[in-house]
Amino acid sequence: MPPSDPNEDAQHVMSSDKAAVSRALNLVEDRRLESQARVAALLAALKDAPKAADGHRVGLTGPPGVGKSTLTSVLARSVRRRGLTVGVVAVDPSSIRSGGSLLGDRARMSFDPTDAGLFVRSLATAGEVGGLAYAVNSAVRVLAAAYDMVVIETTGVGQSEVDVVDVADTVVLVIQPGSGDVLQFLKAGIMEIPDILVVNKADQEELARRAVADLQGAIQTAQAVGAAGGQDADWQTPIVATSATQGTGIDALIAALEQHRKHIQSSLAARRRQGEVRWVLDLFSRKHGEHGVSTLGGPDRLEALAKRELDGGQTPLALCEQLSRGYVAALGKTP
Amino acid sequence: MAEYGKRERDKPWIMRTYSGHSTATASNELYRTNLAKGQTGLSVAFDLPTQTGYDADDPLARGEVGKVGVPVSHIGDMRALFDGLPLDQMNTSMTINATAVWLLSLYIATAEDQGVDHHVLRGTTQNDIIKEYLSRGTHIFPPAASMRLITDLITYTVDEVPKWNPINICSYHLQEAGATPTQELAYALVTAIGVLDAVKATGRVPENEFGKVVGRMSFFVNAGIRFVEELCKMRAFVELWDRVTRERYGVTDAKQRRFRYGVQVNSLGLTEQQPENNVIRIVLEMLAVTLSKDARARAIQLPAWNEALGLPRPWDQQWSLRAQQILAYETDLLEYDDLFDGSPVVRAKTQQLVDSAWAEVQEVLKRGGAVEAVETGYIKQKLVESNAARLRAIEAGEQIVVGVNKYIEGAASPLTENLDDAILTVDPEVDASQRAALARWKETRDSAATDAALAEIERVARTDENLMAASIAAAHAGVTTGEWANALRQVWGEYRAPTGVAGATVKASRSGAAAETIGRLRKRLDALEERMGRRAKLLVGKPGLDGHSNGAEQIAIKARDVGFDVVYEGIRVSPEQIVASALEEGVHLIGLSILSGSHLALVPEVVQRLRDAGLGDIPVVAGGIIPEADADRLRAEGVAAVYTPKDFELDNIMSDLIDMVDRQHAAE
Repeated sequence: MPPSDPNEDAQHVMSSDKAAVSRALNLVEDRRLESQARVAALLAALKDAPKAADGHRVGLTGPPGVGKSTLTSVLARSVRRRGLTVGVVAVDPSSIRSGGSLLGDRARMSFDPTDAGLFVRSLATAGEVGGLAYAVNSAVRVLAAAYDMVVIETTGVGQSEVDVVDVADTVVLVIQPGSGDVLQFLKAGIMEIPDILVVNKADQEELARRAVADLQGAIQTAQAVGAAGGQDADWQTPIVATSATQGTGIDALIAALEQHRKHIQSSLAARRRQGEVRWVLDLFSRKHGEHGVSTLGGPDRLEALAKRELDGGQTPLALCEQLSRGYVAALGKTP
Repeated sequence: MAEYGKRERDKPWIMRTYSGHSTATASNELYRTNLAKGQTGLSVAFDLPTQTGYDADDPLARGEVGKVGVPVSHIGDMRALFDGLPLDQMNTSMTINATAVWLLSLYIATAEDQGVDHHVLRGTTQNDIIKEYLSRGTHIFPPAASMRLITDLITYTVDEVPKWNPINICSYHLQEAGATPTQELAYALVTAIGVLDAVKATGRVPENEFGKVVGRMSFFVNAGIRFVEELCKMRAFVELWDRVTRERYGVTDAKQRRFRYGVQVNSLGLTEQQPENNVIRIVLEMLAVTLSKDARARAIQLPAWNEALGLPRPWDQQWSLRAQQILAYETDLLEYDDLFDGSPVVRAKTQQLVDSAWAEVQEVLKRGGAVEAVETGYIKQKLVESNAARLRAIEAGEQIVVGVNKYIEGAASPLTENLDDAILTVDPEVDASQRAALARWKETRDSAATDAALAEIERVARTDENLMAASIAAAHAGVTTGEWANALRQVWGEYRAPTGVAGATVKASRSGAAAETIGRLRKRLDALEERMGRRAKLLVGKPGLDGHSNGAEQIAIKARDVGFDVVYEGIRVSPEQIVASALEEGVHLIGLSILSGSHLALVPEVVQRLRDAGLGDIPVVAGGIIPEADADRLRAEGVAAVYTPKDFELDNIMSDLIDMVDRQHAAE
């Protein structure tokens, strides 16, 4: 097949053409060296998509088994009923031994296959230890150009949360009643306080009330010890009780999402840029370690460099490749 | 003094054949012939639309009407099914779960039409929706709603149909999904505990009558080829159930604590290769549930020798019935007391199973009980892992299966000379004729009455009143199965259960030929990723209503383990959904699994829809119980490969799949 025109491809993506969105996602997943120029051109062409600026990128994360996929499915349907379109990227871990993965999120979702306004793509972490999939950052950009809301669903409490912060405007942590570990992590300040906390499986009122009360206590403790203050100090993390299987609490969750989106409106561009900078630095230091970071001048210089390049229109993925090449070149020069 | 052991013969167990197909009228004829052959009870197989709450005119029912059982949409169908069979004299077992409340209502309404008082009815509704989430996949609603339906049926029958078995707690399907004997025991018991706790919580049964409910609980069990262990498993069931009912529920009447069970012996181990050997397997498996007088089955139905090839014919089922009759009437088995009382070997093995099962029961209760362990996927994952281990052992030759991985050479079997005649084929016209009959039914009934009856169903579902009375009224009013289920879908929504595959791990050998093969496959996929830029991505889909997901799950896990990115969609997806998923996920290959016999309708539809969506170059493979003639037709329609139960070497399938992706990439 002859290579397509990136601007034309971008136009199709921006008009939410499913086949074009899918092709674009295939392209940004492509790790071949010879594809990088095309990836960069596509992402550059999507940079100023009208939907991307106005849209909302929601990160949904939490321990396994709390019902994130079902919640994503119910949330997406409710958002669709309000007339907004939704793109979902569901991230699952790759097997370290085989490199393969089982992407099972679709199995828990029910959706209308004829709905042009809902798109779900599963991605494997592809060997990124403890992190989000290599292509997630770019995939979110593609989906954000095509759909009003992008949901990034990922499993885990700990490292992957940090990654979700890098690509999402609003981080939602989903737990279920009796998630003692999460309470401990929060209290100890090991975990950042998310923008919104969801207690899912709150089918029984008494249990849910107690879980919400426990969480309020944990957040207060965390704030008292001054640890992990979240992304900004003037946001009071709401706690929402939901039951994805019964469909309750979803309106309250959507209201909380809207409220947070409004809250960050003025700082959105800076926030997203900050996330991209962190993502680039995370990916680079995972690939090349301390030595890589110090070879290129240490964390502060590297951060400033990343910010400058991204402000100048470079895309995160291309920037990371550029830094890698810089590091390899520098290695060659050192005796 | 009487000769040792000689005494009056025991009454034999109830002999049934699980049957039903095409239409109510055709099935009625089959039941009459079966009874004439000496069968002593009826076992009704419903088709998948009936089991999952759809009428024949629903798009999801396409290809499934009358396939694995009889379609029953309304009281007219139920009347036809039992035409000339007086219900006060029948003992009818109905394999029905999510729609059990509805089918029992139709049965009761039909009896009332025959002038039979419903208090005298005898029989069984399977009504174990919990295991549907784990194995059979015909659930509709979320677990809490399912538990409510289960308890509504139980608390209704305890007084209104006192001789009815309102539930058959099924360990049968757990073994079919790969459960070990310990798991079978443990998960059946936690399900029973979950149900009894839920009945107690309704507050509808007075404390002093709770023993009556416990006494009506019955089980549906499996028996595999390791028949000594299986025999001990049945004895372990008896002991454990006695313990649970005594300790947890304080039942003092020993009769009410008795472990009552029916059996269908193992289908999972029946082979497509040398299928005549299955008759021997079936007979040996039957011994496990009959030899112990102290733990003997109340009712037995046997599979047919050719089940792995397709739908059995009446003659095949008759052969299995004859095996039961010979054991019960020709042999001296029923003349003796328990044969193993005091045997140290049987005692020790039984004790071992009791202990290990009890430990697993405690584990699940610690995790919040059966429903919670279903919702988190804990039990499902355990089953998927056990099944993967079983398949791996067969593939590696560690577990011998005669005619499959050992003693493969042999003379050709005259029984399968003409394969297409060795199975039953359902007339493809059944679908259309059932739709037409349904349309006529809807035209001629009093629609004001059905509307009112459905409104009442919806109202009751929102309260905690029992749904049975409203459902029986709706049955009399002419409401259909799909309408009844849809009314409840409005209230409770639908549920997609955990698949258990994502977290499942399989112990693989680190050296030897098997490890080398896996290593080679992984290297090929790594190399392919280098060339394509992305990892090869496989979509595993189960179109249609069939919930038997073993095959799809094992393919998904194996594919992940050799290095594919695998999108697994779970059960019951429409061809439209599969195409939408293929498009959105950007997959390189699609695998479809169908065991209900509806492959000729569903697979070509997926292929055609892919072409329409511009995805015609993605290779599609199909797996299932697919007769050779059908496989030819599928290949002619553009299917890249067809796999059946005889393809037990998953590594070979994986190698084929990699070839296909490779070829497709090279062509682009």
